[in-house]
Amino acid sequence: MADFPLIFERSRKGRIGCMPPQCDVPVSDMAELIGNGLVREPAELPEVGELEVVRHFTNLSHRNYGIDTGFYPLGSCTMKYNPRVNEAVASNPSFALTHPLQPVEAVQGNLQVIYDLQSWMAEITGFDTATMQPPAGASGELLCLLLIRAFHRSRGEGHRDIVLVPDSAHGTNPASAARAGYRVQSVKTNSRGGTDIDDLKQHLGPNVAAMMLTNPSTLGLFEDNIIEICQLIHNAGAQVFCDGANMNAMVGVTRPGDHGFDCMHLNLHKTFSTPHGGGGPGCGCIAVKSHLEPYLPVPVVANRDGQYILDDNRPESVGRVHSFYGNFMMNVRAWAYVRSYGKEGLPEIAKHAVLNANYAQARLKEEYPQAFDRTCMHECVLTAKPLKRYGVRALDVSKRLIDYGFHPPTNYFPLIVPEALMIEPTETETKEMIDAFCDAMLEIAEESKEDPSILHNAPHTTPVGRLDEAFAAKTLDVNWSSYEDLKKADVL
Amino acid sequence: MNVPKDLKYTKSHEWVRIEGDTATVGITDYAQSELGDIVYVDLPSPGRALIQGDSFGTIESVKTVSDIYSPVKGQIAETNTALEGASELINQDPYGQGWIAKITLDEVPTDLLDPDAYQALLSE
Repeated sequence: MADFPLIFERSRKGRIGCMPPQCDVPVSDMAELIGNGLVREPAELPEVGELEVVRHFTNLSHRNYGIDTGFYPLGSCTMKYNPRVNEAVASNPSFALTHPLQPVEAVQGNLQVIYDLQSWMAEITGFDTATMQPPAGASGELLCLLLIRAFHRSRGEGHRDIVLVPDSAHGTNPASAARAGYRVQSVKTNSRGGTDIDDLKQHLGPNVAAMMLTNPSTLGLFEDNIIEICQLIHNAGAQVFCDGANMNAMVGVTRPGDHGFDCMHLNLHKTFSTPHGGGGPGCGCIAVKSHLEPYLPVPVVANRDGQYILDDNRPESVGRVHSFYGNFMMNVRAWAYVRSYGKEGLPEIAKHAVLNANYAQARLKEEYPQAFDRTCMHECVLTAKPLKRYGVRALDVSKRLIDYGFHPPTNYFPLIVPEALMIEPTETETKEMIDAFCDAMLEIAEESKEDPSILHNAPHTTPVGRLDEAFAAKTLDVNWSSYEDLKKADVL
Repeated sequence: MNVPKDLKYTKSHEWVRIEGDTATVGITDYAQSELGDIVYVDLPSPGRALIQGDSFGTIESVKTVSDIYSPVKGQIAETNTALEGASELINQDPYGQGWIAKITLDEVPTDLLDPDAYQALLSE
């Protein structure tokens, strides 16, 4: 299995997977039809049999590691299990076969899903209204900043051009602010892992437009002073955006809208169980207080006299942030998820996520101390610093975990924690599974003391071992070339 | 961790060698070890004026992207163009071939850390 040829390398001249019937109409000349200049040589596609294709891709798929195969404690990413019932609902032809250009009268059910979900999202987060349009979390962040700017401009305060971001923030926050044309200033973290209030006061002034704050923070800690922080920012005439990436730690228990935030985004794929990754499609819906509502993107899904409509007549809107109405099928899955838990069930998500993370933290803290000695929320940020004296780094621990059959936790993030290991068990794992993971982590700490070379050379059990990441980053090449071509080009 | 005795240091892990009115600047052995394998260095154009603490470039490693801060006030005289194709020089030889920039000094700084003070910072 270690030597796994590319599908191109399995190709043999003339081999085919199926035999199409003979053409029973006169064949036209391609050059005559479209002109000689547009006719190209046939693409060099692999020539393989059907069974070879099936085996090739089935074997490749066995090399995948996913939530369906094992524990995936990738902190900050919330790799929890998504119930299959969501997929069953989403594959219902009544949803799956609708087209975005159908008249609104013909898609009332779809619009009801969006309408229900935006009102539930507003209620769950403690805001006045929501839009499901942004197609990703970063898009939701950007949209909130655009709404905030429209709000400031409406009050003659368009000169506010600074956005404050904590030094523990995820990189998307400063990136979104820069993309929206704001200058970014960094606010320090205090000794408890929260926002340093004195440093915040130093930064607040007449040019600050907003602060972007993740709560619970990227350190997995609840911002104790959140009410005071929101008041200070409002007193300076600025707005507060809540990065809702970690809402799964609070859903059904406490609401950012009640803490004083003006707007927030949610990643449906984290808290509300829609599929992760693959580059989308996603949904980074946002919820806002009423003073930001006039600026929401068009169209807004509304209910007029029992009919669902798409309202485009909103003169103060910042415009569209996605074609049609975002990625609708994500809404169907989230709708199914919220309905299956209900108001009574949703708080259990947050409570179990927090309990599981604290259990892992308590079991590991002798060998892997907490970055901040506190009860954590849905994830714990530990440090592998004590293993440094044996020449072992967080990366080595992560790689060694692969040999034990676990996906590694997030490492080296947040940036302010040296040798960070960020573990998010999520609410969908059993105690037995978390125990097995913690046992492996503790065993790896012992290995570090006895024979660190085991860690330095890990992983040992995978088709390829420790990759040269620097070489890969510098010489990125994702196009296939035959060995002959590479030899000719003198690359090999 | 290697902390040469003939250099000055900053809290943000840059080293400085002052010769006449020129300061040669790089990042320390500790900094390169924390960053891990460096894949890219964004260098400034010569002539750019800097004050102490200005970010004048970025270093990208497999782990993260970090700013490089100027330990001194002056103008960029020269950058190490060898790093453009071979950023690993910073990992291999941070105090030698991995130097980053030469800065013509406006004034000789007095508040840089000496080797003992920098070593103490690393032991914290």
